[in-house]
Amino acid sequence: MSDDDIVLAELPDDELVQQMHDDLYDGLKEEIEESVRILLDRKWVPYDVLTKALVEGMRIVGDDFRDGILFVPEVLLSANAMKAGMSILRPLLAETGAPKVGKMVIGTVKGDIHDIGKNLVSMMMEGAGFEVIDLGINNPVEAYLEAIEEHEPDILGMSALLTTTMPYMKVVIDAMKEKGIRDDLIVLVGGAPLNEEFGKAIGADAYCRDAAVAVETAKQLVDRRHNRGPVMADA
Amino acid sequence: MPDLADLLNAKPVLLADGATGTNLFDMGLTSGDAPEMWLELYPERIRALHRSFVESGSDIILSNTFGCNARRLMLHDMQDQVFKLNKLAAELARMEADAVDRPVVVAGSVGPTGDLFAPLGSITEEDARGVFGDQIEGLKAGGADVVWIETMSASEEIRAAANAAMDHDMPYVFTASFDTAGRTMMGIKPEELLGLAQTFEQPPLAIGANCGVGASDLLMSVLGMTALANGFAPIVVAKANCGIPQIKGEKVEYTGTPELMARYTHMAIDAGARIIGGCCGTAPAHLVEMRKAIDAHATGSRPTLEEVTRDIGPLVSPPNAAADNGPKREGRRRRRG
Repeated sequence: MSDDDIVLAELPDDELVQQMHDDLYDGLKEEIEESVRILLDRKWVPYDVLTKALVEGMRIVGDDFRDGILFVPEVLLSANAMKAGMSILRPLLAETGAPKVGKMVIGTVKGDIHDIGKNLVSMMMEGAGFEVIDLGINNPVEAYLEAIEEHEPDILGMSALLTTTMPYMKVVIDAMKEKGIRDDLIVLVGGAPLNEEFGKAIGADAYCRDAAVAVETAKQLVDRRHNRGPVMADA
Repeated sequence: MPDLADLLNAKPVLLADGATGTNLFDMGLTSGDAPEMWLELYPERIRALHRSFVESGSDIILSNTFGCNARRLMLHDMQDQVFKLNKLAAELARMEADAVDRPVVVAGSVGPTGDLFAPLGSITEEDARGVFGDQIEGLKAGGADVVWIETMSASEEIRAAANAAMDHDMPYVFTASFDTAGRTMMGIKPEELLGLAQTFEQPPLAIGANCGVGASDLLMSVLGMTALANGFAPIVVAKANCGIPQIKGEKVEYTGTPELMARYTHMAIDAGARIIGGCCGTAPAHLVEMRKAIDAHATGSRPTLEEVTRDIGPLVSPPNAAADNGPKREGRRRRRG
């Protein structure tokens, strides 16, 4: 037996969770599935499996992606492993009434076919308890407006990877203003060429530089909206 | 017809052209629309752009076909027009190239499909080879001299496009976009392009870097490709964005003045590049100064990265030195998969 050989089922909880972080990092889908089942067998609540093992593992991946240590191929493998774990948890999360944080419609803008960043945000948002409606790539204004009407989300997320397509985000926000629905929801934008100044200039609520920031920002802004109205006693 | 290989033998350094997309936006193209739509709609505008590059002294002009493959055209429901549009685009460029009495090479631009390759995504290398082949057939029929594979980030995709060029007996050049911490989005380092180029049956006429983030980042990539003094030394292309992209309000502006792009040109030559041009943000006014820089160039020493950032501007996406040299995560346990 080599030093490398680890039997997942024999690891105590804390080491198993550590191992899951490593396995997510390495994009080992089957190992993640196995570990999720082990934790569930040990009577972990699904929400804890999600947050302590999967989301925390993806946070590490996200940090190293941001820092130029991991690149797209590795991150996609990690995301696939996360997805496999999520698909075991999703029905259980619904059954156990895990906290629903909010609803998001997300899509890449017209002319842009890049969906890697958007998919990561989608997955991390789901992981954080949001319900996500993913419109895919190449979305014209109409697609966003229809989805907003149909799903009544708390958040609209738009992504663009090209300097030539990012101006289209403003087209969408302007159309929302025209319809008088802009202030009904939080608009988050992201994509490699963007920055905060651009986000402000086109009238978005926030620019999110990566998937982890998107989740944090979404949580904060949704909380703030829920706290609207009566002033909090300690505010 | 002019031959890029002959031209490279005749001249020490060639000037390529400037930006297609950003210049067309300045001419009225709207965000979200495909530049290829203008080939039939406003052929005179496409010719005017080519003409402006030729008049500025370009030795090589690129056809307006960056996204002219079936996978990209599908977004605009134009996927059945691949041959026709590529042929037309090459013809429009050809007319302007042949209108002057010096040789100007028409390079058929081939950009990425935008799809992720299997196993990460759905497209296979074989499928992509066919997609690119259809495009290259049109470019060849329209009179392109060379296939110009650009803004690539995945080695599978470079291989698919290069093989497609060979399938159609066309010479080719490939350049990648090093926009993420000194590597391509998919993690290729500049020096790794050399190894890739050597695996092809018919070698590329040149390899290099284009677009990406800032001109300083691009020069760093060129330095990476020309660092190996011994062994395989291909001809290197530098086609940088015009300075450093900066967001001003809701617009992207490039810091590159014509003078800065002239300085970039001198540095690119001293870094070992033999084909120099501009990408996003590079207008004819920049090319005029770049032409002068090439013609007046006095050989200098190989620039250091410090000199590049001092003269051209800061790196937009600096490499992570620790990550490039060490293991990905310290003290990690490994297990058998």
